[in-house]
Amino acid sequence: MPAYARPTDLGDALALRAAGYRVLAGGTDLYPAAGARLAGDILDITALADLDGLDLREGLRIGAATRWTTIAEASLPPALIALQQAARMVGGRQIQNAGTIGGNLCNASPAADGIPPLLVLDAEVELASTTHTRRVSLLDYIKAPRRVDLHPNELLTAIHIPVPALQGKSAFAKLGARRHLVISIAMVAIRLVTVVDRITEAHVAIGACSATPQRLPLVEAALHGATLTDAASRIRSDHLAALSPIDDIRATAEYRRTAAFELLRMALAEGWG
Amino acid sequence: MIFTLNGQPATCDAAATARLSDVLRETLGLKGTKVGCDAGDCGACTVLVDGMAQCACLIPAARIEGANIETIESQTPLLTRLRASFLRHGAAQCGICTPGMVMTAADLLNRTPHPTPAQVETALGGVLCRCTGYRKIITAVAAANTAGIEPVFIGNSVGQPIPRLDGAAKVAGDCFGADYAPVGALIVKAIRSPHPHATFVIGNLADFKARAGIAAIFTAPDIPGRNAFGVIPAFADQPAIAASPARFRGECVALVAFEPDADPDISDFPILWTPLPPHTSPAAAEAENAALIHPERPLNCLIEGRVQKGNAAFALAHSAHVATGAITTAFVEHAYIEPEAGAAWMEGDTLVLRACTQAPYMDREDTAAVLGLPPTRVRIIPSAVGGGFGSKLDVSLQPLIGLVTLKTGRPCRMTYSRAESMASTTKRHPAEIHGRIGCDAKGRITGMEFEGRFDTGPYASWGPTVANRVPVHASGPYLTPHITAKARAVHTHGPVSGAFRGFGVPQAAVWQETLYDELAEKAGLDRLEFRLLNALRDGDASATGQVMRSTGIAECLTALRPHWQRALAEAGPHRGVGIASCWYGCGNTGLPNPSTIRIGITRSGQVVLHQGATDIGQGSNTVIPQIAADALGLPLSALNLIGPDTALSPDAGKTSASRQTFVTGRAAHAAGTALRNAILRLANAGQDSRISLQDGMILIENGSIQRKINLSDMPDGTCGYALYAQETYDPPTRPLDANGQGSPYAVYGYGAQMVELLVNPALGTVKLLKITAAHDLGRVINPMLAEGQIEGGIAQGIGMALIEEYIPGRTDNLHDYLIPTFGDVPPIESLLIEVPDPEGPFGAKGLGEHVLIPTAPAILNAISHATGARITRLPALPHRVLEAMQKARP
Repeated sequence: MPAYARPTDLGDALALRAAGYRVLAGGTDLYPAAGARLAGDILDITALADLDGLDLREGLRIGAATRWTTIAEASLPPALIALQQAARMVGGRQIQNAGTIGGNLCNASPAADGIPPLLVLDAEVELASTTHTRRVSLLDYIKAPRRVDLHPNELLTAIHIPVPALQGKSAFAKLGARRHLVISIAMVAIRLVTVVDRITEAHVAIGACSATPQRLPLVEAALHGATLTDAASRIRSDHLAALSPIDDIRATAEYRRTAAFELLRMALAEGWG
Repeated sequence: MIFTLNGQPATCDAAATARLSDVLRETLGLKGTKVGCDAGDCGACTVLVDGMAQCACLIPAARIEGANIETIESQTPLLTRLRASFLRHGAAQCGICTPGMVMTAADLLNRTPHPTPAQVETALGGVLCRCTGYRKIITAVAAANTAGIEPVFIGNSVGQPIPRLDGAAKVAGDCFGADYAPVGALIVKAIRSPHPHATFVIGNLADFKARAGIAAIFTAPDIPGRNAFGVIPAFADQPAIAASPARFRGECVALVAFEPDADPDISDFPILWTPLPPHTSPAAAEAENAALIHPERPLNCLIEGRVQKGNAAFALAHSAHVATGAITTAFVEHAYIEPEAGAAWMEGDTLVLRACTQAPYMDREDTAAVLGLPPTRVRIIPSAVGGGFGSKLDVSLQPLIGLVTLKTGRPCRMTYSRAESMASTTKRHPAEIHGRIGCDAKGRITGMEFEGRFDTGPYASWGPTVANRVPVHASGPYLTPHITAKARAVHTHGPVSGAFRGFGVPQAAVWQETLYDELAEKAGLDRLEFRLLNALRDGDASATGQVMRSTGIAECLTALRPHWQRALAEAGPHRGVGIASCWYGCGNTGLPNPSTIRIGITRSGQVVLHQGATDIGQGSNTVIPQIAADALGLPLSALNLIGPDTALSPDAGKTSASRQTFVTGRAAHAAGTALRNAILRLANAGQDSRISLQDGMILIENGSIQRKINLSDMPDGTCGYALYAQETYDPPTRPLDANGQGSPYAVYGYGAQMVELLVNPALGTVKLLKITAAHDLGRVINPMLAEGQIEGGIAQGIGMALIEEYIPGRTDNLHDYLIPTFGDVPPIESLLIEVPDPEGPFGAKGLGEHVLIPTAPAILNAISHATGARITRLPALPHRVLEAMQKARP
């Protein structure tokens, strides 16, 4: 009979992780792929107080096992609007009540809703093991579709947003073929810092349009110095050349490229006042 | 684990990572929590964990230690109010999603006691429903905490919005196919082909069987009877367990029966597959020298149906305007939230099968034939059915569990996984349709040429019905003097295509109704007025030469006219309005399809209605009793119901072809009338007498005259009843001849729908704003259930139009196969039209399939109106809409 543990102490959890236990958080990715029960020894991280909740004392620390509902309902600076909007679009209420932000980053689907909003926040992930703790930028952590820089003995314990990234205001847009419970065709996260009406910092990320979600430096450069009113018109489709969308059952590659561009322009055109 | 369950302390033993849904159902015996997908995609298993709605299928059992779990079995004042509201508003149809809906709503109402409709939509967005179209659920939840006045129904029950009589069970968590397990039942698992076409060799079964927990293994040679089933006996060709080669992905090739407590693991079943090249499309299957899937069917053609009247080519050549077009549609999955499930056991010599089905007597025939038994040795008890929509007309697991029980003598049960259900059961036929329609200078339709090719998969299923029904309906409800319409069903190695709400007619309507828009434009006519001009009227001959009567299409279009004019005035850039009509013949196409209804009164004064029409959510458990009660002249509450069961109720035929309200309703009307007449004869009383029941007596009153029949004095007569009537009704039809001429249906229903929508010009996404649906029901037996059918059919039409495309091996789950969610169905206004048909009970016509037919073409016509884009391939996913818009730009 495989083992199951739900420790309350992080040290205990890391020891079990070092012993090869599989990590279970919200279960929204593990169970759909499983039979009647989960295979292997299971480390359930949902009772670890260190991994749950948001802490704004020094930048923002989000415990890896924080559920989407907690994020959506927290009182957070406007820079986090994109993440909160994304939190309300991860599955339905049932999934938001179970699924965790860390799970989203470990599953690392190209269409993971949590990644673009975190990319525009310059997020870092905190990875812990019995021997060390390290921080890696989210961009470096996501290596390929469903492949992340996480050693077999490590646990993703938190996401850190640095203080400067809490500046400004953000927005998130997700395009799918139906209203709820949808896997994105394309998604966009934007964070803008403005002085009066002029953009002094632009942070833009797009998901589901390349192997891993990515920041778009050309778009960010084009927006730099623009006013909020003319931001949308600054974007040209060749600014999105770095995207490498694919054809799949949800859309064609060509459509994804167009949709990313249009979503971005729409998201820039409204709601920044 | 020690925890709190529905307010009471509870303990249980379970594997730590067993799914909570399984623990609740199997260990604790609480079967009200339903399992629809085991993946968090459908929300059916929603329970409250410390007050928060969560999918029980994603929660490890060990995590409930110390938690407070609430399930649908909980009895709180809030849940009581929610259940009552669901019933009062008609928010439960089949009932499979209802427990999940109610529990999710409880979470919302605990946070927000009086939510807005938008808040309900967002909060419940994680639960899928395939029956209702969601609108009545939104109403029920929003109103749950508002004191409602319980409606009181007096007088005749026909015409009244009576809540469904089987509703209390639905809102409590009904007993579906997976919810009853005989003690000691073996667990049956199927080995299925992972390839669309492959030979296979089964390895050493003795070794596999030797492992602990395996009770028996069966393969094709173990089938004692004819290893070929099929809904149409002459075409029965589908093996219950296939011998090599397998002909579609998901085909069953072996069964393993496990002991009840064993781990039913079939992952290393010894079988060696050799894939063969599959026919992946009808074009490939019809190509020269293409290998034949059935050697006796040349060109892989199962059948071709045709309707030929006049000279269409000549008429088109002399038409003022001609519209030419082609469309293709996708496989559509029924996606009922209840995967196939059932149990089998022996009662003496009789094999009893309790499973989800739409057709108990057909199941009995097919299963008996496969098992080599006389039908009298098989008893079919339909479970509550968690949605069917056509796919549960064919047998699925019935012969499989029947075989296991017959061979082992032990009870068994089987529940399909979501993936198994999607891969192995039938789909809507993908269609490729092309042709031309012409009209004269005034806009009168002159002629039509129609050719349809339907991908029927490797086995016949309902392919012949689709091929015959489509040409009959190809014209739509419009006078078409000259027509040549042909539809053929072609075998491929795709999924088996079968019946799905409309039998191919919705696909044909997409073609014809979008072309009619083009024709109206060419003729310079308003699109509604064009349809009204051409609408079939009483006395007109249909494409099959049938002289029409009680023709309600003009009334439907006329009822839509003010809405249409309002909507046209409100349309503008990227905001469009579309319209489409439907007609649909109720019952089998030119073939007998009788229904029999029995009513008896016992010596103790109990009136018993044997209501054999299987209720898959559409409402026959309510509508048929309403008809019977009024015919008999007793209040609805006087009837005790015995449902479909081949041992207890006579054959009311299959729940398909929109026939139950009409055909079984007529039988119920006849039986009720016959019993009433028998009572009046006994009392020597006139037709206008009033009858009532009182203390084991029947009271007959006529003015001041009062007579009594003392039932206890009477002998037990037929079927144990003191008084008894049994009547059969079979619609009078005339079969189609070689040219498709005849009177294939005794009754037709009509409808027209209008769609208002917005298209995002940059993204090609479609936002539906409102759908207005006018349907001629002849006589509305139950307006609340009728609206429920309309809203649910429209939701499925929306799915077919905009999002649904089943891709074998790629979309066998409910997150890649998308069906409409709460936010995808706009407000719907139903206009119930009554043009009584003398053949229907109280004038009633069928409705169940009609409601889906106009939706998709009306959406496409509205997209075209909004943008100029002509969509020719379904579903109209955003990328296809955008591409069509780009093509349409000058």
